[in-house]
Amino acid sequence: MSAVSVNGASKIFNQGTPKQVDALVDVNLTVEQGEFVSLIGPSGCGKSTLLRLIANLLEPTTGSVTVNGKPSQQARLDQDYGMAFQQAGLFDWRTVSKNIELPLELKGWDKDRRAARAKEMLDLVKLPEFGDLYPWQLSGGMQQRIAIARALAAHPPLLLMDEPFGALDEMTREYMQGELLRICAETGTTVVFVTHSIPEAVYLSHRVVVMSPRPGRITDLIDVKLGKGRTEDTRNADEFFQGITAVREALRGSHADHVASNAVRGVEDR
Amino acid sequence: MSPFARRAAYRTSMFVLAVVLVGVIWELYKTLGPADGGKVLGVSIFPRANDTAMPHIWDMLTRYGRPEVRGSDRKIWVVVLSGAWFSFRLSLVGFALGASIGVGLAVLMTRYKLVERGLLPYLVVSQTVPLIALAPLVVSWGGKLEIGSFVWPRWLSASVLGAFLAFFPIAVGTLRGLASAPAAALELMESYASTWRQTLTKLRFPAAVPYMVPAFKLGASGSVVGVVVAEISTGLKGGIGRLIIEYAREATGDPAKVFTAVFGAAALGLTMAGFVALSDVLLMRNRPKETTT
Repeated sequence: MSAVSVNGASKIFNQGTPKQVDALVDVNLTVEQGEFVSLIGPSGCGKSTLLRLIANLLEPTTGSVTVNGKPSQQARLDQDYGMAFQQAGLFDWRTVSKNIELPLELKGWDKDRRAARAKEMLDLVKLPEFGDLYPWQLSGGMQQRIAIARALAAHPPLLLMDEPFGALDEMTREYMQGELLRICAETGTTVVFVTHSIPEAVYLSHRVVVMSPRPGRITDLIDVKLGKGRTEDTRNADEFFQGITAVREALRGSHADHVASNAVRGVEDR
Repeated sequence: MSPFARRAAYRTSMFVLAVVLVGVIWELYKTLGPADGGKVLGVSIFPRANDTAMPHIWDMLTRYGRPEVRGSDRKIWVVVLSGAWFSFRLSLVGFALGASIGVGLAVLMTRYKLVERGLLPYLVVSQTVPLIALAPLVVSWGGKLEIGSFVWPRWLSASVLGAFLAFFPIAVGTLRGLASAPAAALELMESYASTWRQTLTKLRFPAAVPYMVPAFKLGASGSVVGVVVAEISTGLKGGIGRLIIEYAREATGDPAKVFTAVFGAAALGLTMAGFVALSDVLLMRNRPKETTT
């Protein structure tokens, strides 16, 4: 059973109006259990839309999405996935521990069980002594780690991330990438990760999904041959740079297609 | 001294300073202003500065220590204080009533956009109805009301009018607050398959607190104004409103007297707002401070 299966999904906003946007057209994507897949592409290519289809925060206009073999709505109701966004989005009025406990509270867990799990998650993200602080007392990187802890608190098999490190500085970002890989290895979580950083996508992923805008679609799937057990040395490996080159060329290719098709249309208009 | 104590001390001293400043301006105008008022191009602009219209501040203050009526042994401060206590209790009932209605309406308007669009204009219109016109109506409706053995007490009409002034700012402020939850946070709650009620209690209400506190402050002083005006227009005995109207009749002979009651009403409003401010300190103590680190 695959972790995520997107079958011929399209998402069209404002269908039939002058403001119609073809955010996604005929997308097919399968993510296997334990796989780390990144979605990359220029803004407007529909990568966040695709993530929200998987999360069932949006309904596809056509096609279907299954998560863990269930329809995506059922998967959402069962909390089969955790989600993290670019903004950590922790609640100011809750302590760090209480923030992590939020999804468990919504599931109706009792207090002791929640507290024990929050402690476990704080250990996982290596912030064990910060549980009683408030989010605004932490740095941006720490807040994002707490957001990941919150997303994983219910031990979901799938983690959906929308540019989670986009607001962090470069050093923190690389550290967080390493931490994310360690956490995924420890928990065996499947990840679908939206980014617009090529090195980030290559460093983290088993597969990089390259997308292109207007209409949003998948133009390339690139396997990253870095194996498991990636370290800081991986960033200097030849395979890493080869991966970056491959993704960059795929992005350029889809971009060039796009520019060319526009040019042709320009001619026709005359 | 802790930063909190320092801020409290600063605020208190600014408040005292502001009160003193008003007193100084009052006395200054009394000295310099025209005793029988002044006209510019035939229109009365400058108020009269004589002792009947503007008694000296020390006359007002010393008036508290003298009996209410000549020969009585009840000092006026006792009378004003007990009147303020009476009105305070009515205001509290009005405030509680207004807050429940206001918050209830805000929740309803957040839940159903249709209710918001349909109801909000009427709420605004409701506040343009003069309280004075409404007061006798509420009294007569109340008098006709019979629910089992429940008999509508006269004072309840005053509380209802207090609630009438209190509910509006509370409804509008709470509505804004409930809508202030960021879209990303709402999306997060949805990803947890949170029910509407869970999102309300765990996200919308906590996010609304910074909006609700100032709204409740307005509501608290509104409930005092409503009760005092209702006391005046319905002639309800025992409260500060009644004292104001009674003492105003004696303004020619005893001009300082009415001010004792007016200050009592002001102190009442401040007390109510003070209680809300206290809840502010308690509710917001763990929130991020405005200065970012």
